[in-house]
Amino acid sequence: MLDAADVVVIGGGNAALCAALTARAAGASVLLLEHAPRNVRGGNSRHTRNLRLAHDAPTSVLTDSYSVDEYYDDLLKVTAGHTCPALARQVLAASRTLQPWMEAHGVRFQPSLSGTLNLERTNAFFLGGGKALINAYYATAEDRGVHIEYECEALTLKLDGRHCTQVTVRQHEQTFDIACRAVVAASGGFQGNATWMREAWGERVDNFLIRGTPFNKGRILRDLRTQGCAMLGDDTQGHMVAIDGRAPKYDGGIATRLDCVPFSVVLNQQGQRFYDEGEDFWPKRYAIWGRLVAQQPQQVGYAIIDARSLALFMPSVFPPYKADTLADLAQQMGLDPIAMQHSIRSFNAACQPGAFDPDRLDGRATQGLSPNKTNWARPISEPPFYGYILRPGVTFTYLSLKVNERAQVMWPDDHPSDNIYAAGEIMAGNIMGQGYLAGLGMTIGTVFGRIAGQEAAQHG
Amino acid sequence: MAETTQHMRIQHTLQQVEAENQSAPPAATPQAEAQRIMQICNACRYCEGFCSVFPAMTQYRHFNADTLDYLANLCHNCRGCYYACQYAEPHEFKVNVPQTFNELRAQSWQDYAWPGFMARAFAGNGVLLSLVCALAMAIVFIGSALLNDLPGFFSAYPDGNFHAIIPHGVMVAVAGPVFLFALFAMGMGGWAFWARGAAVSQPATLRPGGKNSGLPALLNALKDTLTLKNLSGAGHGCNDHSERFSMQRRYLHHATFYGFMLCFAATSTGTLYHYAFGWEAPHAYLSLPVIFGTVGGVLLCIGTAGLYRLKLKTETSLRSPALWGMETGFIALLFLTSLTGLLLLFLRESAAMGTLLAVHLGFVLTLFLVLPYSKMVHGVYRFLALLRFHRNTPR
Repeated sequence: MLDAADVVVIGGGNAALCAALTARAAGASVLLLEHAPRNVRGGNSRHTRNLRLAHDAPTSVLTDSYSVDEYYDDLLKVTAGHTCPALARQVLAASRTLQPWMEAHGVRFQPSLSGTLNLERTNAFFLGGGKALINAYYATAEDRGVHIEYECEALTLKLDGRHCTQVTVRQHEQTFDIACRAVVAASGGFQGNATWMREAWGERVDNFLIRGTPFNKGRILRDLRTQGCAMLGDDTQGHMVAIDGRAPKYDGGIATRLDCVPFSVVLNQQGQRFYDEGEDFWPKRYAIWGRLVAQQPQQVGYAIIDARSLALFMPSVFPPYKADTLADLAQQMGLDPIAMQHSIRSFNAACQPGAFDPDRLDGRATQGLSPNKTNWARPISEPPFYGYILRPGVTFTYLSLKVNERAQVMWPDDHPSDNIYAAGEIMAGNIMGQGYLAGLGMTIGTVFGRIAGQEAAQHG
Repeated sequence: MAETTQHMRIQHTLQQVEAENQSAPPAATPQAEAQRIMQICNACRYCEGFCSVFPAMTQYRHFNADTLDYLANLCHNCRGCYYACQYAEPHEFKVNVPQTFNELRAQSWQDYAWPGFMARAFAGNGVLLSLVCALAMAIVFIGSALLNDLPGFFSAYPDGNFHAIIPHGVMVAVAGPVFLFALFAMGMGGWAFWARGAAVSQPATLRPGGKNSGLPALLNALKDTLTLKNLSGAGHGCNDHSERFSMQRRYLHHATFYGFMLCFAATSTGTLYHYAFGWEAPHAYLSLPVIFGTVGGVLLCIGTAGLYRLKLKTETSLRSPALWGMETGFIALLFLTSLTGLLLLFLRESAAMGTLLAVHLGFVLTLFLVLPYSKMVHGVYRFLALLRFHRNTPR
């Protein structure tokens, strides 16, 4: 373990690596601290698959063009104004230059994946996904002399006013102080910290699944808040989607998504419907369903389809429950068969004739139900019947360090830190304070990682 | 999407579900493991850009034994998907496509072996099989040479005329039938693979009449085979032994394959010389058969030695200990065949020529004998899998 470095980067995901690579290229000695062991390094970045890039003309993997203005409009739509316009525009404008830089640091791209409609224009996909990107950055970082420590958790920054002098870390039960000229906090949110999550979200969070790494403990986020840095958002804000309820508690990642809801009847544990399953296409509704399921008793939902709908959505990671009768299916899934069959019968009776078309909002709605299903409402009648269990899956938390355009961590009096910088999920709330835009998190991490690395090397 | 196509898509899927339920293999077999893993991969799909396996996989929702055999033989073991996998160990999903497919592939070669009772040859220790066989053959040849002319066997022949020791006719009479049998047996295995796969592996997403016509598919499959496109990732190579990409394995396989083909060309031109022009061996160093054989032999030595070296560097998690013998035995056999061939050429005017000839021909004959029950068959099944891929998968 080094006892000093020009730049200490806290974290081991995309933003941390971009910061480390940039600081190293600017001539600084760089120490990167990854809390996770090597074989699960990379934070939530290893579960990602693309980033959203503005571009004026087609690139090797992006079609057509995507202007900064259009990108900004998309951002405003999902965040409903919860964004800092100057920082947002800075990120979006800088996104135009990212692809060549990433390629020069070993990242490979591929055409957009199947089943990801409408992203081929806006999002560049990493060949092999986020873990391959992480592998490439680590290999490049090793080659260029970035010092990397695994299983090394940063505990606190020692501050002298607004100046960080040392980072206290723990590795293999031992505690060290590392002197630094500048520090980059790129250690993500706190969704991997069960204690903090329960404190903020209540006991129901025990029934939530965390889609990403268990190593996002939010230690430095909390440390800097405690030491008085300016914050954005609050602890209770997080991005959730409805995912397969049989997924592992952590690190379920992309494969645990379930796209069955629009073609399903979804019941709660009492066997009652609670929301319009056919309101819109799934990509526009999965986040809403995360919250909806979180509000149900025991934070669980039961999606039921019949044989006709099985092939209409992406295959699931676990085989569905399957039975020839609804009663049997209910029993397998732990639902009261009587309540469940009653709900399905009422639903079936409320279905109306009409054309069923999974590829558009077909307007085939139920009548007289509360709530009605407003599209794709077709009776659940053809055995075998299939069932999936839904749980809320937490993608990330929004609580952020406030930063300025140089990635400096801000203080409540609106003055920046001398040498404390932040990048990635730990400051993403400055730009994406609410909602979610596919691929924007990685764009923020790459842009601000590079800014933080450059600034830390030059001005630390 | 039109209602009819939608309907067909569902019909296909239901048939597959039923087929799968009827033939569900017991747990803990390579099939069961491959089935479990493909279900996870099919819900993720991050690896679509690495090779043909994943675009092929997305055409199915359920994976029966024949579909899995097809995918396993389509897999080139490049390991791109392993090092990129967020679900690899220590993740509880324990996804390991290359190792699982490696084992399933080996099992499929047993299943398709002809004649059927020879399947057990795959399960045996490859190194032992090859070496014992090589020695046996060498002894046979030494014996026959000794019987013919004992002092002559240990003499030097100024012109290196090995046919003075083993006449051309004897060589052809022994090697010819063995080689033809090997080709036939491999053909029967390939035929069984193709026929069994064709019956059930019609992908759900393929529209009626959507098959790519024969010739372009054949040309694409040939191109993929000859260029090893599937070992090139997206142009940067594959993962030989770490997260880093390299072209080593692809280039070493090229050396091995093209070296082998050059040796084959040497034999072919030699045969042509003999029968068409009456030019009898031994040929001059700068004659076509000798140039082909020399360059081919050197390439084979480099390729096989390099592949063996890479194999030694393979991470434990990607190894299949039970297959080690078969995999290394075949590499060793190719290496020794070409090495003894080169030695024979350069020492053909010395007194060691007779012995070297016997040893070399022993290896050659062994190679021919074990060909249909060695790793060589991967070429047959891989090519057919690529052909199926290009026929079934829309570009």
